[in-house]
Amino acid sequence: MSPDFKPRIIAFLCNWCSYEGADRAGGQKLPYSATVKLIRVMCSGRVDPQFIFDAFRKGADGVMVLGCHPGDCHYRNGNMNAMRRMVLIKKMLKTFGIHPDRVKLDWVAASESRRFQQVVNDMADRILKLGPLSLKGCVKEVVEL
Amino acid sequence: MKKPTIAISWNSSCGGCDESIIDIEERILDIAQKVEFVFWPCAMDFKYSDIKNLPDADIAVSLINGAIQNSDQERTVKLLREKSKIIVAFGSCACFGGIPSLANLTTSAKIFVQSFFKSPTVHNEEDIVPLSECTEGHYSLTLPEIHKTVSTLDMVIEVDYYLPGCPPTAKMVAGVIERILDGDLPEKGNVLAPEKVLCASCNRNATKPDNIKINEIKRIHEVIADPELCFLAQGILCLGPATRDGCDYPCIKGNMPCTGCMGPVTGADQGAKMIGTLGGILCAENEKETESLLSSLVDPAGAFYRYSTGASLLGRKREEG
Repeated sequence: MSPDFKPRIIAFLCNWCSYEGADRAGGQKLPYSATVKLIRVMCSGRVDPQFIFDAFRKGADGVMVLGCHPGDCHYRNGNMNAMRRMVLIKKMLKTFGIHPDRVKLDWVAASESRRFQQVVNDMADRILKLGPLSLKGCVKEVVEL
Repeated sequence: MKKPTIAISWNSSCGGCDESIIDIEERILDIAQKVEFVFWPCAMDFKYSDIKNLPDADIAVSLINGAIQNSDQERTVKLLREKSKIIVAFGSCACFGGIPSLANLTTSAKIFVQSFFKSPTVHNEEDIVPLSECTEGHYSLTLPEIHKTVSTLDMVIEVDYYLPGCPPTAKMVAGVIERILDGDLPEKGNVLAPEKVLCASCNRNATKPDNIKINEIKRIHEVIADPELCFLAQGILCLGPATRDGCDYPCIKGNMPCTGCMGPVTGADQGAKMIGTLGGILCAENEKETESLLSSLVDPAGAFYRYSTGASLLGRKREEG
């Protein structure tokens, strides 16, 4: 792996718990990896698996989805939909030869700023070890013989 | 006045698309009176040079079926692009890679080993493997080179219209040929089929519960399916929610679930959409339960991307793990 590899990680955060948690981490000035770019969505259940595949396609090396703890979903069971989808997504990524650790679903409550810092930094370390994915253009480049 | 000319070509495909053109029956005779065929390797005897000698943009429309998997196919479609006014990606292989693009989930080296050594019907004592070039006495012989990745038609040339289906039904084919002859075409880049999913017009829509919940994923050969009830509500994997409408659901009418041959609607990724659907309807409250429920789904990529692996956002198989 090249020493100047800077991972690109996209994190989808639910509006009600995880984004609040990230906001709190910011307020407390807790440092976390700058390789993680946050996108606020209304619910982890709103994260269409296509968003995740699209992120990989557009150059992400890892994708996170953070939602409310089980039982705490603002929309009752959106986070459970996200959980079930993530199991299938990992299965699908394996078939395409993409390491399943490149996606991560975790729960962060509005008060858990330290937990937010922890899961984000863990993910950044994991992706740093896995190296770049560069899925972008992987089909086209082979065609141009 | 000179009749408009039509070229029909095939690449990595099974011939079913050409068959579906024949399936329009006596209407093909009406069409044959209005147009002149200049190329149709499956049905008539034309040569590559016949096309090469035409002036540029001389062919009114080229209907090209099949995915692009070798250098000869690439050469032919590039030539047809030069010589045609309109290119239609005809059938799911040309539109999204189709069944041949499942090859993207393995490598061409492994396919060679399987085809020339391991396949139970192969007897290859001398370990002969086809090469793209070899010398025999004074002669240098060539064969088309296999691409590492199976591509959709629009990854190789610019495509004007798409007609999905495996194959497109005779009704769709006749409709599209008539539309082309009448000049009644939408803006370039469009798909000549409805922009909605199959469930929207499925005849079992009325039997679909408001909230589908399933405890088990059944495979169609393991059960006797109810002939009226929505397949997903029965726990049978049906790709209706992730697949384009327009086929008049012959499979559903035959009590078989949709396998997704019409491909996704514009902008959607069929596999991702099907994961989205299943995630919302499985009865599982934690990862362990979900995994055990999904154990009967042996090959999600093959099931969800059966006709669209070539167009998957995830590209081809990588060597990571």
